[in-house]
Amino acid sequence: MTRPRTLYEKIWDAHVVEQRPDGTCLIFIDRHLVHEVTSPQAFAGLRASGRTVRRPDLTLAVPDHNLPTTARKDAGGNKLPIADPESAAQLAALEKNAPEFGIRYIDAVAPEQGIVHVVGPEQGFSLPGTTIVCGDSHTACHGGIGALAFGIGTSEVEHVLATQTLLLQPAKTMEVRVEGEVGPGVTAKDVILHITGTIGAAGGTGHVIEYTGSAIRALSIEGRLTVSNMAIEGGARAGLIAPDETTLAYLKGRPYAPRGADWDAAVAYWKSLATDPGATYDKTVVIDAADIAPSVTWGTSPEDVVPITGTVPDPASFADPSKQAAAAKSLAYMGLEPGTRMQDVRIENIFIGSCTNSRIEDMRAAAAIVKGRKKADNVKWAIVVPGSGLVKAQAEAEGLDRIFTDAGLEWREPGCSACLAMNPDKVPAGERCASTSNRNFVGRQGPGSRTHLVSPAMAAAAAVTGRLTDVRELMA
Amino acid sequence: MTPIEKVEGRAIPLGLKNVDTDVIIPAHWLKTTSREGMGKGAFETLRADPDNLFDSAEYKGAPILIAGDNFGCGSSREHAAWALGDLGIRVVIAPSYSDIFSGNAVKNGILPVVLPQAAIDRLMEVAQTDPVHVDLDTQTVTTPFQDRFVFEIDPFRKMCLLEGLDEISLTEKSDAAIGAYEAKLDAERPWMRPAA
Ligand code: SF4
Repeated sequence: MTRPRTLYEKIWDAHVVEQRPDGTCLIFIDRHLVHEVTSPQAFAGLRASGRTVRRPDLTLAVPDHNLPTTARKDAGGNKLPIADPESAAQLAALEKNAPEFGIRYIDAVAPEQGIVHVVGPEQGFSLPGTTIVCGDSHTACHGGIGALAFGIGTSEVEHVLATQTLLLQPAKTMEVRVEGEVGPGVTAKDVILHITGTIGAAGGTGHVIEYTGSAIRALSIEGRLTVSNMAIEGGARAGLIAPDETTLAYLKGRPYAPRGADWDAAVAYWKSLATDPGATYDKTVVIDAADIAPSVTWGTSPEDVVPITGTVPDPASFADPSKQAAAAKSLAYMGLEPGTRMQDVRIENIFIGSCTNSRIEDMRAAAAIVKGRKKADNVKWAIVVPGSGLVKAQAEAEGLDRIFTDAGLEWREPGCSACLAMNPDKVPAGERCASTSNRNFVGRQGPGSRTHLVSPAMAAAAAVTGRLTDVRELMA
Repeated sequence: MTPIEKVEGRAIPLGLKNVDTDVIIPAHWLKTTSREGMGKGAFETLRADPDNLFDSAEYKGAPILIAGDNFGCGSSREHAAWALGDLGIRVVIAPSYSDIFSGNAVKNGILPVVLPQAAIDRLMEVAQTDPVHVDLDTQTVTTPFQDRFVFEIDPFRKMCLLEGLDEISLTEKSDAAIGAYEAKLDAERPWMRPAA
């Protein structure tokens, strides 16, 4: 018998090409997702050194970060140009690089186009037990289906393109176990916000987090992707959730997923990946699902989380003096006073989207709250941005787009949108946004923007009341 | 890549915790297709203040930056390392870094020195008036006042920084091992190749 191993250790061990004397390993990469922003310099590097892409068959490119989310074709079906010259140049570079290096490319106007981390699982390109990388830190997202997935920088993108490997140090393991049942109105987003608030923004540094426990098992794949997506917000390199029947049901029949006898072999392998009884983690945090409320951030670090029923904390209430200083700075930036009830915070902008919360389940959750209601007058801008063309089509087939537009929310084309201020979707300086994205950093949604991270249902609730709102008050 | 061994000069006493990549280089600077010229955008929000450290007579062009815990957290953008490099920073000294950032720093010839908070506090004090000396070979940070702090660094990263090595060329030496892994994978788990 070999030593009992965790899910992470099993995936790691299966990908070691070579181990260096110092413990660094050359790790094989099964899937490489490429987008327009972090790849141009990598392709330029390949060209400059006369290298090729070692495994174009394991590489998938799709533009998402700086594509505008307004119409991409005119009435005649012709592609519309991108107004911003730099964005247009990045897109043009990817359109040119992908075919030149023989890489699969999903075009900006293809029905499958979307945010890389939505597209990967949706196409069955991301599979359990694989190693997945992408030049975007929320690659951790794919851990929701049991893939060891992490974000890399552009030098590493070039390294993977050239060698299909990465040099890595093994990470430490951390278990975050969420036991019990969550209450009404509490979604996967609230679970991960609560976890981040509990472990802190650096709580998982150097670790890969495996999320376990009955509350995690009960989540759909959409919900698991949401949780794993924000592993990085807790400082971890990656998140993982063991593949189970829910995972299999989600993946079966997807375009790039194995079929027939291959499928059966894959399933047998995936089932063998679960953490062995008796395996130990370097760190374990246990959370009672019953303690999780619909949650919201008040500051500029994703650890700045309170229940929606809570108040803006007093910086003096933190034990750590540097956290006191950071909290005071955050509050000044956010324009908030200690003691203010979160539910009294007025909101001018609503963003429902991003790789954290733009899947069909998110669209449904938001639509359920908006249905039959109207956007509040003080909400100036409210956009709903599906994560992919397929999510968009599904939502439209279910009539969700009409629910949003009838309420006064805008229904957009898929992309990263207001998750990051790289495309035209930005939050104006000094204004607040109830956002379903993953980062509330200073300036993340535009210079001077003030972000409150929430679930899709909570963002929808804020859209109709014009303030941060306990979604449970609007639930039938 | 420029090798790095000894760096001596003024150290910018930034000291802040959780300096994220949006602070190091705001997202709108990411819309380029080249690596050069990013120093202009480095710490743009902080530098909007006319009295900022980075553009002060004292610290302009300083090769060392001192920061608090969790430096470089946030996005995986390597632009953060390019921006620091283009600003002239060769060494960052902090109690901890985000994993992605420290990897990106090393790949771009920037040394991320890890020292405990007490050492950081002392260096912040020295940096107000005097230069700081970093020696990668002996893994020490010293000051004109006889302070001497020893730091740990992964031996592989140390070698890459000292020799200015490019990682891809190094990995290409393992070409046969990668080929053998691919053959074994195709034999044992052929379904791992994308179906379509
Ligand atoms: S939605 Fe945001 S976090 Fe997700 S891939 Fe796009 S920019 Fe990155």
